[in-house]
Amino acid sequence: MSFVEVSNVWQAYGDRSILERVNVTIDEGEFISIVGASGCGKSTFLRMLLAEETPKKGTIRIDGGEPAVEPNPERGVVFQRYSVFPHLTVRENLVAGEGFATFWGRLFGAQRRAAVERADEMLERIGLNHVADQFPASLSGGMQQRLAIGQALTAKPRVLLLDEPFGALDPGTRLRMHAFLQELRAETNMTVFMVTHDLEEGFKLGDRCLVFDKPRWDPHDPGRYGATITYDFDARNNGIPFQTTKETENVVHAATA
Amino acid sequence: MRLMNHFPGRPGAVALAMLPFVLVLAAYAIGSDIRLTANPADKLLPAPGTIWDTAIRLFTEPDRRSQEILLWKDTFASLARLLGGVAISALIAMIIGMAIGILPYARSGLSGFVAVLSMVPPLALLPILFIVFGLGEVSKIVLIVIGITPFMTRDLSQRVLDIPREQFVKAQTLGASTWVVALNVVLPQLLPRLISNVRLSLGSAWLFLIAAEAVASNVGLGYRIFLVRRYLAMDVILTYVIWITLLAFVVDWLLKTLSRKAFPWMEAGL
Repeated sequence: MSFVEVSNVWQAYGDRSILERVNVTIDEGEFISIVGASGCGKSTFLRMLLAEETPKKGTIRIDGGEPAVEPNPERGVVFQRYSVFPHLTVRENLVAGEGFATFWGRLFGAQRRAAVERADEMLERIGLNHVADQFPASLSGGMQQRLAIGQALTAKPRVLLLDEPFGALDPGTRLRMHAFLQELRAETNMTVFMVTHDLEEGFKLGDRCLVFDKPRWDPHDPGRYGATITYDFDARNNGIPFQTTKETENVVHAATA
Repeated sequence: MRLMNHFPGRPGAVALAMLPFVLVLAAYAIGSDIRLTANPADKLLPAPGTIWDTAIRLFTEPDRRSQEILLWKDTFASLARLLGGVAISALIAMIIGMAIGILPYARSGLSGFVAVLSMVPPLALLPILFIVFGLGEVSKIVLIVIGITPFMTRDLSQRVLDIPREQFVKAQTLGASTWVVALNVVLPQLLPRLISNVRLSLGSAWLFLIAAEAVASNVGLGYRIFLVRRYLAMDVILTYVIWITLLAFVVDWLLKTLSRKAFPWMEAGL
């Protein structure tokens, strides 16, 4: 049963076509990596999944629901930067994940105490309990992204959207974040979309790897045609789906490539 | 080594900071001395000692007729007008600025109007204000409000637009309504901006206050300066000028301290 259904989506800004004829269905619990060259519309696609913008044609449905017109709690998001609120402490950022949905945007009394307790559990899980009372600006980039992911999960979204979440991190931190994300996914089995420009990362983390590119190209008018999904790889088992290779020679292993 | 790479040490920096003050004082003292030797009755540049004596008299001795110390009375009257005007401006600028920054409809409707409004020279409106609001407190406060609100509004709405778009989207994915975004995302991040904004606006606020007091008033720092001007009482004027400078400096320092104490997250990254 398809969980996220993208049917015949087109998007254009003015005369410039960005995406055309995007069709894809995603099952619940799949981890989708989205890769492609700069300006190929992968971030646009994510923004449409997020409902930050609506497609010109076509629909995106989650679990058969109506196409969303604005971001809502069904969709959690982590951007490359600025995903956490700088004026709230680490713990408050997580509490905000629950409190923002109320009228005043904050919780009181017993509800708040319960939320703080859950926030502390989450802090434990994302390994930030030692900095609970600090402000995000004093955290490292990796810690900020872990906080952002934790905050997104606190609101219990149905799909998690990651827009180049590890793009601004150094290679060592990035590897640790991969491990963290894989752990988290093993626990929650959430549907995840991740835009990345790092192919290796896309294949390492994803179950499927969608490649965006322009199938048609007008050399006189580069904005004429939009991009679409040109490849839909099965990325499990290091991206080698039809063989579980035991050979070590003459075979490229994605993890070592 | 290049000149731009030379840094003064700690004592050197303090000495350099003092130097311009010392130079100005010395220049004044010398100029005053030259004029007073030529004509001991000269009123234009009273000796520093005379100014000091006048200052002591102004701060401590009550007026013979009203039995009130006029300098303090002037100070309280002026500060009340100034702070009242600035507080009202800050409130208006905050509300309109947030509306312009958050709501596309308000942005379309108001931002052009505010931009044009901020071009109106406020002092040119002073006669109208005196006619409409009379010569009392209202017209002076309104002049300050008209003078600084448009600029504050423009700056604050720009500060809202400077908040990364990502935060607005993130808040929405956490289920926040427009109201919650305004209250819990924008407002807390705007308050430190508001304080720096007020610090910048205080200069113009003093200008408008003194202008309004100079034209029509019966108490206030600006009123007193323009009153004693008739008697060429330079010692009084200079005392008032130094006192106003000191007040402005203290208010600025208080706001800076408040900003640092109240918004630790601003400095956390530095």
